[in-house]
Amino acid sequence: MPTMNLLQAINHALDIAMAEDEKVLCFGEDVGGFGGVFRATSHLQERYGRARCFNTPLVEQGIVGFANGLAAQGSVPVAEIQFADYIFPAFDQIVNETAKFRYRSGDLFNVGGLTIRAPYGGGISGGHYHSQSPEAYFTHTPGLKIVVPRNPYEAKGLLLASIRDPDPVIFFEPKRLYRASTGEVPEEDYQLPLGEAEITKEGSDVTLVGWGAQIEIIDRAVELAEKEGISCEVIDLRTLLPWDADTVAESLLKTGRLVVTHEAPQTGGFAGEIAATLQERCFLYLESPILRVTGLDTPFPLTLEKEYLPDHLKVFEAIRESVNY
Amino acid sequence: MTTTRDIHVPEFLAGDEFSIPTYRVLTQEGTLCEGAEAPTLERDEARAIYRAMIATRVLDERMMAAQRQGRLSFYMQCTGEEAAVIGATAALDEADMIMAQYREQGALVYRGFTFDEFMNQLFGNELDYGKGRQMPIHYGSRKLHYMTISSPLATQIPQATGYAYGQKLAGEGQCTAVFFGEGAASEGDFHAALNMAAVHEVPVIFFCRNNGYAISTPAIEQFAADGVAPRAFGYRMHVIRVDGNDILAVHRATQEARRIAVEHNKPVLIEAMTYRLAAHSSSDDPSGYRSRKEEEAWREKDPILRMQRWMYDQGWWSDDEEKELQERLRREVLEAMKRAEKRPPPPLDTLVTDVYAEVTPALQQQLDALKSHIRRHPEAYPKGARFLDPELSRTDDEGES
Repeated sequence: MPTMNLLQAINHALDIAMAEDEKVLCFGEDVGGFGGVFRATSHLQERYGRARCFNTPLVEQGIVGFANGLAAQGSVPVAEIQFADYIFPAFDQIVNETAKFRYRSGDLFNVGGLTIRAPYGGGISGGHYHSQSPEAYFTHTPGLKIVVPRNPYEAKGLLLASIRDPDPVIFFEPKRLYRASTGEVPEEDYQLPLGEAEITKEGSDVTLVGWGAQIEIIDRAVELAEKEGISCEVIDLRTLLPWDADTVAESLLKTGRLVVTHEAPQTGGFAGEIAATLQERCFLYLESPILRVTGLDTPFPLTLEKEYLPDHLKVFEAIRESVNY
Repeated sequence: MTTTRDIHVPEFLAGDEFSIPTYRVLTQEGTLCEGAEAPTLERDEARAIYRAMIATRVLDERMMAAQRQGRLSFYMQCTGEEAAVIGATAALDEADMIMAQYREQGALVYRGFTFDEFMNQLFGNELDYGKGRQMPIHYGSRKLHYMTISSPLATQIPQATGYAYGQKLAGEGQCTAVFFGEGAASEGDFHAALNMAAVHEVPVIFFCRNNGYAISTPAIEQFAADGVAPRAFGYRMHVIRVDGNDILAVHRATQEARRIAVEHNKPVLIEAMTYRLAAHSSSDDPSGYRSRKEEEAWREKDPILRMQRWMYDQGWWSDDEEKELQERLRREVLEAMKRAEKRPPPPLDTLVTDVYAEVTPALQQQLDALKSHIRRHPEAYPKGARFLDPELSRTDDEGES
């Protein structure tokens, strides 16, 4: 099995999807000949031509509006928003159009073929316009699916599933891991299920929930905790909307303790949704309050990034606090 | 790439030095303008267009009255813009996609959407294709290639560019016509759509109904330019301005636009100069922002009257036919309205369907909880939605036994 980094895995998934179905198109800013600023779409234009892989003008609302129309027509657009921070000009097209297309037409028309890819998250010295994690804005919108992979293997399988899913998907890619995360990825076509969380490590004392780049942080925190004899169960949510509350609840019934972590600011963040749902379902089984380890309620900083981010030590402290409550 | 000439003194080009002519074929008296080419419109098609214009006017009048009687929550009339919308639609292939803003019911009428289909949407009953989820006038028809209306303004314009790009790749010789008002042309979506269409050589017709007002804001407060048409130059796009109340001009211009779009894969902008004779919507009162005198002046330029005179002149229409048609349409609209009003709303389950391709477990749980709640408080909820759901007429005790 070849080793790939996360970008290569995404490129591989796009290549497979385009080879299999000529209705699949990739486009966005600098996506064509250049292969995207991160090179996720490298060589796709050479292989599939300028009609199927191309640059767009710098206009995010246009990219998503165009993609909505294409998907309604029956094509399978994979639109790239260069940084998740720049998805907001397209907010109206995503939230009012993409998300509601099927519902408002009574399923006469839908944009299920649409996938929007966007690199998200911090750790690259990007300041607040190249580091945000805007997933919570979209998890408030019925009709969208929100998917975040944690490593190359997951990225390929989840992206292929997203492209082929009958609903529109926003696929947030942890850009800090684009080249930093490598691993074995099968050459062949495979899919990982959307809407299902994965227990990446079993344990009995405390449940840790995260997604995307935060799973690597959780893993490092767990290493520290286990040295102290704390047994941790780790869950990668993988899909934030619709999200797999059952898997988290089952885990919580076993461990009685929950720590949720994400990079985005705390207030209104998705950890709040998880905490609310789980206290509703597992209240009598809780041994300690559900804890959140998140970014601060500030814009994302530049030089103080390391302090701002919810790192392994902060997660480790939360684990200890949860267990020693 | 554009070639430019060099200058060596600061020579500015002023935006107001350009003015775009208006293409007009028919005088208000229904005769051909001097020098106008003979119309391409033939008898049967002209009659079909005329009937659709009358049907749209009748529908609008009856439904506006129904709204005033409290039978409908909301309505929007096409009055004054029938020639622009229907003339353009008639010049398209019936399989071309139409993406409308909200005032283009005439296009649906022309393509054969029945009064029953209109009424089912307006009353949001169980037969509404949109399952009662949108306000009245948000029609859609897959069969008639008419994209379901979306309320946010101008969002359909870049979607039309995308849809048409897909049509180009499919290579079946179809295009997309997208309608919008001059107010919508102020939105960023408009720029996004035209720019992308020009860059990617997309067979799309951008049809601007310049009807003078965006709700209460007059065109003069929307843009300083000579209308919307000059913007096409900035995108290097074909453009024409037509008299939107002149059926022959609109039809001919759209025919030609379609040819350019489909044969050359190029977008075209049409600006149809017309006037919104009615209010913006049933919630609007134009007496608050424009004079009756202004409206009366435009009433004399009524596009239906102009076409009627031309039809009479051709010997293609008569008073008897007019009378028969008007009476029949009024009867048919009323009958359809009565049928639609009697139908129940969509079943309760449609609250959670079509959000995703499959109902998610969480949505199913929420629906089950809602039904259980309604069973406990049946008197607090409308009978309609429960009508088709026998389960909801049971009590909770029965449900559990």
